[in-house]
Amino acid sequence: MESMIHGVEGFMYPNEIELQWSILIVLYPYITGLVAGAFILASLERVFNVEEVKPTYRLALLTALAFLLVAPLPLQLHLGRPERAFEMFLTPHTTSAMAMFGFVYLWYLMAVLVLEIWLDYRKEIVLRARRSTGGMRQLYRAMALWSDNISERSLDIDDKLGRFITILGVPSAFLLHGYVGFIFGSIKANPWWSTPVMPVVFLFSAMVSGIALVMLVYMVACWMRGTAIDMRCLDTIARYLLYTFIIDFALEMLDLIHRIYEADESFKTLDFMVHSRLYFPHIIVQIVLGTILPIGLLGLVQLMRLTESQRKGFYATAGVLTLIGIFAMRWNVVIGGQLFSKSFLGYTTYKLDFATREGLLSATIILLLPFLILWVLVKLLPPWSHQEPAV
Amino acid sequence: MQTDRREFLKSTGAFIVLTSAAALAWDSLVAGTPEAASTYKLHDHWWAFAVDIEKCIGCGNCVRACKAENNVPLEPYYFRTWVERYHVPRGDIERPEVDSPNGGYDGFPLRYQPGDGSKNFFVPKLCNHCSHSPCTQVCPVGATFESPDGAVLVDKTYCLGCRYCVQACPYGCRFIDPRTMTVDKCSLCYHRITKGLTTACCETCPTGARMLGDLKNPKDPMHEFLRNHKILVLKPQMATGAKLYYNGLDGSVR
Repeated sequence: MESMIHGVEGFMYPNEIELQWSILIVLYPYITGLVAGAFILASLERVFNVEEVKPTYRLALLTALAFLLVAPLPLQLHLGRPERAFEMFLTPHTTSAMAMFGFVYLWYLMAVLVLEIWLDYRKEIVLRARRSTGGMRQLYRAMALWSDNISERSLDIDDKLGRFITILGVPSAFLLHGYVGFIFGSIKANPWWSTPVMPVVFLFSAMVSGIALVMLVYMVACWMRGTAIDMRCLDTIARYLLYTFIIDFALEMLDLIHRIYEADESFKTLDFMVHSRLYFPHIIVQIVLGTILPIGLLGLVQLMRLTESQRKGFYATAGVLTLIGIFAMRWNVVIGGQLFSKSFLGYTTYKLDFATREGLLSATIILLLPFLILWVLVKLLPPWSHQEPAV
Repeated sequence: MQTDRREFLKSTGAFIVLTSAAALAWDSLVAGTPEAASTYKLHDHWWAFAVDIEKCIGCGNCVRACKAENNVPLEPYYFRTWVERYHVPRGDIERPEVDSPNGGYDGFPLRYQPGDGSKNFFVPKLCNHCSHSPCTQVCPVGATFESPDGAVLVDKTYCLGCRYCVQACPYGCRFIDPRTMTVDKCSLCYHRITKGLTTACCETCPTGARMLGDLKNPKDPMHEFLRNHKILVLKPQMATGAKLYYNGLDGSVR
């Protein structure tokens, strides 16, 4: 018996010894965050007229779509009875935040992202359908919904509608990820989660991770295609990354300081957890390596005069660290929130399996899948055709 | 083919409305005629549970009876009810030592010596059958629900196994049954109480420390118990409308 509850320190309620939400549930907010962030970066160009980031507009949209298509997968894989998942659409329980997932997701996927990409690409899809032959022709014709109309007037409508949808998309992206934060923030039984700042923190960390992702994808894509990076674009993205990161960090610090100062009944327990089993993922990876260091690097670029290649190095390092840091943040929220007992008297351990349904292998595959989808999407709908970077 | 907008809206509208109507009709056909009603009337009852800590001797009868009656997995991390042992040295209610070996299933091995200046007692726990239960609030499909008679129940044939309710319960009363991958918890022995019997744990408690009560029955002894004792619920700050009432609940218990 003692060996079975190995890894428990102090007292846990007996039913708490097994962790409920695994690494797959860590991936869920991570992936939706990347989606929301990438989309918001794309909107910068269209809604807020930040012309500099135009070279990444389409790439950001395709990245968002690739990740959004994978977002429900970890959830589905985690369910005890995956075959019943569809019940959430048929008989949603209206007081449940989770029940809204399917609707928020579908809205975002179909009404916002797919439609915006379609409208933006429609002219090219039609042209490609005219150009290509055989199976590809049929595919492009289907993607154009068998329409061949690219008259001035229809393109004008596309553009107007596309703009409207992007404007609608910004609050939708906020909704998608703010809502994911609410799933955790609204659980009053869990003091590590239960805070009204949770949706806001999730939102800003989503923007941070999404911007960093698109920045890296853009750099890698340019390198793979052998084209020069538009430095004006990259500098602008990095600047926006810095700004959102500072807001994100400030919000997290606000939450932390508030917790330390209030020191409510849960404080001692959580404080001990952060200084013991959560020390490495929280203090070292999330805060030092994943937040302070990238903010420092991005800040240095603003303060110092660096050459182009130096800046690229700084941006790439900061981008990778950011993605690791935000992953650690999701990990610390989801896993950290289950390591302590709701009796505040003990701690348990999360044991990450490898080749099981919820193991590291599945998680790795789920995390690589969007890149594969993105590769296919980029082949089908090249995002660089109408705006080659100035060489 | 030319379809005008009105025509399109009419046909899609009809399609959507008619398919869902057919789905509803099919559902009611498959469900068949409901079983003939028993004499049990949901609205005539309001179930509650009381525990007298001063009477509990930590024998673990209730835990064993519950596991046997409700076919609960025997592993040490699945319990519909369990017993905790509290050891409060020098009355320091901030730092109790708590243990619950195998949930109290095998009783408690002797660990503390009498006369060491500490306070020792057992706390049996089970679902609080809250009337504003956070677990039913979060269930995405309504597979767990508050019955009109005050019991919080789970429809195992509908549960997705998403585990959100397990996270939402402040008392740690829920677990995922590894055989069905759906959630399970104390049902107040619903199959028994609706036939006029008491729960398995109450039935087997040798000291009468556990008591099932129907608050809508004016003659139920529960009323007197609640009136004559200093009653408290677990974690009252959670405001869950808990109906698991304790007599003699120490400030150290969480």
